[in-house]
Amino acid sequence: MKTVFTLMITAILTDNIVLSKFMGICPFLGVSKKLSSSLGMGAAVIFVMACATLVTYPVYALILEPNNLTYLRTVAFILIIALFVQLVEIILKKVMPPLYKALGVYLPLITTNCAVLGVTLQNIDNGFSFGYAILNSVFVGMAFTLALILFSGVRSRLETADIPATFKGVPSTLIAASIVSVSFMAFSGLMS
Amino acid sequence: MFNTFILPVVIFAIIGIIAGILLTVASKLFEVKTDQRIELISDVLPQANCGACGFAGCSDYADAIVSSGAASNLCRPGGASTSEKIAAIMGTKADAFTAQAAVLHCGGNCRVTTKKFDFIGISSCSAAKRFYGGNGLCTFGCIGLGDCVSVCDTNCISICNGIAEINKYNCIACGKCVNVCPNSLITLRPVTCHIDVACSSKDNGKITKQNCSVGCIGCKICEKKCLNDAIHIIDFHAVIDYSKCTSCGACFDACPTGAITNCECNIQNL
Repeated sequence: MKTVFTLMITAILTDNIVLSKFMGICPFLGVSKKLSSSLGMGAAVIFVMACATLVTYPVYALILEPNNLTYLRTVAFILIIALFVQLVEIILKKVMPPLYKALGVYLPLITTNCAVLGVTLQNIDNGFSFGYAILNSVFVGMAFTLALILFSGVRSRLETADIPATFKGVPSTLIAASIVSVSFMAFSGLMS
Repeated sequence: MFNTFILPVVIFAIIGIIAGILLTVASKLFEVKTDQRIELISDVLPQANCGACGFAGCSDYADAIVSSGAASNLCRPGGASTSEKIAAIMGTKADAFTAQAAVLHCGGNCRVTTKKFDFIGISSCSAAKRFYGGNGLCTFGCIGLGDCVSVCDTNCISICNGIAEINKYNCIACGKCVNVCPNSLITLRPVTCHIDVACSSKDNGKITKQNCSVGCIGCKICEKKCLNDAIHIIDFHAVIDYSKCTSCGACFDACPTGAITNCECNIQNL
């Protein structure tokens, strides 16, 4: 069994959910324009991931697995994730209206953010215990936040850069994203 | 039987019910008081989400009216009646509204002008425009490949005899076609005016005459005939100032080339 430290390094650096596994690209590109909104998005995703694991893990281990219904896990997990995304939306609307406005359509889109479903499935496929699964979800959420924060820095520099007209906007953003992703490959040597 | 069919249904029903109860409780606990007027105004707006008002959509505009006091006459599809209804909800006086419609400032259909060459490529005006300024003899005229047709949400533009034809009765004046035309031939003008200059040629009179039989040659006769100082020659073609135009038709009667059109039927039907 991995130690907590290696779990953290794996989740955040070597197997970064966005930059190495390419999950959750949509909010990664959509919300990373400003540091403040990427921080808010990251916090929302950490919360959703942790809560989703908190519920999906017992649902899987105690309800689906004993009844041989593991094939239904994707459907069940999406249902539970949707519940938590709705909860986050309701709470944010009340507690932090400016953030709610800044996140806009990307907030309900966490429902279809494959990173969240990805981490809940990953917890089960890796055979983590309940405690490790929760920790892993939090770490993966932090990895997502880290990728968002790093990339918002890159994008704020991109905005002032003199880019040829052909590459302005989405193309330059995608190229920058791939370069950031390549730079994360350097970490892959850490775990061997 | 029970395990394969009924149990999954039961499990999912229970999960669904629990989720529903949780969300109901949360929405009651974290209820945000929104101004009721926003919803009332949203109901009054046409929900076309055209963006002509300058806001992201109808609900965004409703929000802006209540929270930042946006004017009530910005909704072009809704017109004067919507402006009045909004003002009634807000308890203010309605801002005056002039209904507008899009007009094409080109009369160069296939009967009066011809093509320079056959354009075989992406069927789009902006693509054709980049290729030697378009394939029409007149580089300022309607290219007729229908960029405006594809952008129109109300399907009121069609290509007829090689130029765009705008159905003024269905036009909601959202202004999308105005922005998309590579020759900037479409403008919005009040529907109560019915005199239009159907030419935007910046070539001089001689070249315009060679290219198109209904082009404006910039002779300035209309300028002299106008009683209200509303029509002027700018860049070799006539331009009407609709704030002064009374639609008397003097310029229409005087125009030697027929570049000015008069569609009086507009008024009765609108």
